Amino acid sequence: MSTPTDDILKQALDELAKTTDLTSLDAIRVNYLGKKGIFTAQMKELGSLPHEERKTAGQVINQAKDAFQEKLDAKKIELEQAALAARLANERIDVTLAGRGQKVGGLHPVTTTLRRINKIFASVGFQVVEGPEIEDDYHNFEALNIPAHHPARAMHDTFYFDAHRVLRTHTSPVQIRVMESETPPLKVIAPGRVYRCDSDITHTPMFHQVEGFLVDTDVSFADLKGVVYEFLRAFFEKDIQVRFRPSYFPFTEPSAEVDIECVMCGGEGCRVCSHTGWLEVMGCGMIHPEVFKAVKIDSEKYSGFAFGMGVERLAMLRYGINDLRLFFENDLKFLQQFN
Amino acid sequence: MKISENWLRTYVNPAISTEELVAQITMAGLEVDAVEPVAAQFSGVVVGEVLETEQHPDADKLRVCKVNVGEAEPLQIVCGAANVRAGLKIPASVIGAVLPGDFKIKKSKLRGVESFGMLCSAKELGLVAEAEGLMELPADAPVGTDIREYLQLNDNTIEVDLTPNRADCLSVEGVAREVAVLNQIHTTVPAIEPVAVTTAEKLTVTVEATTACPRYLGRVISGVNNKAQTPLWMQERLRRSGLRSLSPLVDVTNYVLLELGQPLHVFDAEKLNGGITVRYAVNGETLELLNAQTVMFDEKSLVIADDESALAFAGVMGGAYSAVHEDTTKVFLECAFFTPLAIAGKARQFGLHTDSSHRFERGVDFELQNRAIERASQLILEICGGQAGEITDVTTQAELPKREPISLREEKLNKILGVTFENETVTGILQRLGMQIETQADGWKVTPPSFRFDIAIEADLIEEIARIYGYNNLPNNQILVRSALNQATENVLDLERVKDLLVDRGYQEAITYSFVDEAMQTAIAPSAEFIKLQNPISAELAVMRTTLWGGLLTAALHNTNRQQTRVRLFESGLHFVQKDGETVQEKMLAGLALGNVAAEQWGEKERSVDFYDVKADVEAMFALTGCNVQFVADSNETLHPGQSAKILTETGEVVGWLGMLHPNLEQQLGFETPVFLFELAQDLLLKKQRASFKSLSKFPSVRRDLALLVKEEINAGEIIGAIEACNEALLQEAVIFDVYRGKGVEDDFKSVALSLVLQNQAQTLTDAEIETVVNTFLESLAVKTGAKLRD
Repeated sequence: MSTPTDDILKQALDELAKTTDLTSLDAIRVNYLGKKGIFTAQMKELGSLPHEERKTAGQVINQAKDAFQEKLDAKKIELEQAALAARLANERIDVTLAGRGQKVGGLHPVTTTLRRINKIFASVGFQVVEGPEIEDDYHNFEALNIPAHHPARAMHDTFYFDAHRVLRTHTSPVQIRVMESETPPLKVIAPGRVYRCDSDITHTPMFHQVEGFLVDTDVSFADLKGVVYEFLRAFFEKDIQVRFRPSYFPFTEPSAEVDIECVMCGGEGCRVCSHTGWLEVMGCGMIHPEVFKAVKIDSEKYSGFAFGMGVERLAMLRYGINDLRLFFENDLKFLQQFN
Repeated sequence: MKISENWLRTYVNPAISTEELVAQITMAGLEVDAVEPVAAQFSGVVVGEVLETEQHPDADKLRVCKVNVGEAEPLQIVCGAANVRAGLKIPASVIGAVLPGDFKIKKSKLRGVESFGMLCSAKELGLVAEAEGLMELPADAPVGTDIREYLQLNDNTIEVDLTPNRADCLSVEGVAREVAVLNQIHTTVPAIEPVAVTTAEKLTVTVEATTACPRYLGRVISGVNNKAQTPLWMQERLRRSGLRSLSPLVDVTNYVLLELGQPLHVFDAEKLNGGITVRYAVNGETLELLNAQTVMFDEKSLVIADDESALAFAGVMGGAYSAVHEDTTKVFLECAFFTPLAIAGKARQFGLHTDSSHRFERGVDFELQNRAIERASQLILEICGGQAGEITDVTTQAELPKREPISLREEKLNKILGVTFENETVTGILQRLGMQIETQADGWKVTPPSFRFDIAIEADLIEEIARIYGYNNLPNNQILVRSALNQATENVLDLERVKDLLVDRGYQEAITYSFVDEAMQTAIAPSAEFIKLQNPISAELAVMRTTLWGGLLTAALHNTNRQQTRVRLFESGLHFVQKDGETVQEKMLAGLALGNVAAEQWGEKERSVDFYDVKADVEAMFALTGCNVQFVADSNETLHPGQSAKILTETGEVVGWLGMLHPNLEQQLGFETPVFLFELAQDLLLKKQRASFKSLSKFPSVRRDLALLVKEEINAGEIIGAIEACNEALLQEAVIFDVYRGKGVEDDFKSVALSLVLQNQAQTLTDAEIETVVNTFLESLAVKTGAKLRD
């Protein structure tokens, strides 16, 4: 035979089972367990029972209440989880759609290349120095042991403003300017724009060079070879073959052209290296005594080396760019490839 | 310079392959640019003799020939060349021959007549690019001999790119000398015997300019026949060196130039008036040169003249009038040494560059003239016949170059090259190079040979030793790291940081030419003074930019013309402006933005970039430096007068400009959307304010918002300025957060919402204090801007 308490519990549990949302769940809780709730009312009625029945009856009600509370808590967790699941499902977005806002741009590949060159040389204490692009004849030629009518001037197709002013044809005048104003030891690299009156498929009238030089008391050609060799390996991140070939620059002696094993074909021979397996990447040499004389540095006490390289050339080899002229067209489709 | 490998190997023939030879001289500083076979690949071509020719029955231009190719029976070959004739010796390709371009010769029928081969032109053999008619071979060519063998076509043209210091290698003999040094063998120099003097004819030679011309040799050769054929071997050697055969007299001078490196000249002696004088030109004196160009000399030009006028531009080019021609029978042969300094730059001055000037300005061996004139005489007599006169030799010994002994110190040599040399290595190398050596206490005393113009100081000798020893045999030292510590200044912001900021804000870095089109320059900066290049490469690249905007606008147009609707570019570089007659080169940073503010995307409404977008980019750069700048409404000739701001530092220096491209220019340049531009001077932009700590207040801050009614012409800067002018210590921040026009606000007025944040370092602010401060602000606003609180 069921007691009234059993009936209440049964009814309460039935209601609980039918509940599908947290609001009605709370209404049920209040209806049974609230201050004016059914179980609460039953407890209040205990007072009217004889003293000896009260304890047993109270235990029955409490057991029913506990049973209900337990189910209620479980139901609450169940409904909360269901609600969370519904929310999560509802808030689902397409994470493959693109992000919002400004996209980043990028640096010009010449700048990226210059930054890498600067970084490599900065690691061993080279300072970056810049110089003017409109130069005087003295710094661009005379002080570099290239007097007027020297056949080497034919190697530089020079842009002139007047008899004395030119657009610098190389970054070497920075070497003169630094040596004029500072005393050794000197370790400098000078990046920048240079100009030659020449324009065809492999020449643009403006391009970039990095000049580097080191002057100290005991600098030798072997030191130059070491620096150039280490630099090229660092730049190409590869243990490449490097060779030094005698050449001629009026401002260095001995002078050398530096060739690296072709990075396109690994020295096998291809169109880029004219099937020689070698690529010319820079010129260098020991600073000429006449240059030291022009800047009043004692060549008996000091010696030094200098090197110069074309930045576009290095960038082309590094990134596989096949047309020099692209560097200065500033086509976004070109520039964005280096972002 | 191009030389034939076979020719070279007649002087010096090391047992190495062509590849090894080329690698060897390249690594010695004689860079080889190209190695080309002297003829294309072909086979099956022999010396043939045309025995008879008959008209083709059905074709006017064809002939049916009987050709002896050294076999039992002559071959019938149909030929269309105009110069085919009986008795002619020609290259004949027989059945089975393969001509250049993999052209196989088969038995064929031409208009019904069978042909068993083909008679060839020089072009068909791949010897020259253009040729007319069959290649005519000498009458003594042995019939049936393979033509490759007969013409020694298994040869290469080696093109050497010589540096200006190595004038001594501008000849076959010179290169041979170098090859001998490298291989430690000797050259076989053919002996040159003086020719017999068989005529008394001679010209007087007067050298006035003895410094410029220390040695002048000349001789008359009479009775020459310039209609003679230049022998095939000479023609071939000239061709392989890149020269065309012209006439035997000219060919001989060219041949000796290639062989020995000595430029010579032949004058038609019948055209000369009196004797020869080597003198400086009279200012304004003119001469028509061999190339038909007439030059007007100044008094620094050296000429060869007769008693009447200039005949030749000394060391550069002969004159047209005295040039030899087909009927020349008497010549005056000149062989001189001109001082390099006297010739340097002279040819270039008139836009000329000749094989002769190229050699003289770099230095010709001053001991060579006697050998060279005898060699040329011998060849002329052999080919053209004639009688040689006595050589007139005018040498001013004192003016000839000197070869002084140079001290080479062992210690210096080892120090510069970073290696210790054995005595025998040094002396061995120098001796092979033709130097005279004496040992002295600290090293050697070295005298260079007459053909080396590039050896004058110790460093020159050190280079020679390194070069012959081999650069790649010298050690590679570990990098030196003796250096001072790097600086890390906080007074200047690194340009790299600013560039990175612009990149992060969507800009693409551009690099444009520093010279621009004058039309663009004057369009965007009509009153800016600029400087022009004297020799621009084109009108588009002719004047130095006074602003980086020209290049950026051109680059933007390049992109908008290629379907790019959104462009954001920046560039860093010099501009070139005239200040007080001087050209000032300053580093600038400029940017450009057009099109949508952001790339097309689903998540944001499309919106065109405006002034404030670009201003935010500019402000962000200044935020990095910690320096305050002011944006002042102002106009310049490039920008929209209502949307441009001049940017000033706190001390009033002009950092640059920001604004919209003037609509007139927008249209004129061909833009279809507004373009926003900024340009800043880097030295001012990058000045950095070092951070300085202020203690944090423990007391709460208070915000008060004011809605102000101001006249339309009052700008935001003036409103903030009126607040800042109060110098109120409690003020932490004043920000305009809304600007409203329309309903509820009178015309010509706007409502500006201003938020003020106040805070005290020492205590919590009371309402009374706040009210006092706000009232001070309102008073200042009323006085300075006429602003009133909105009801």
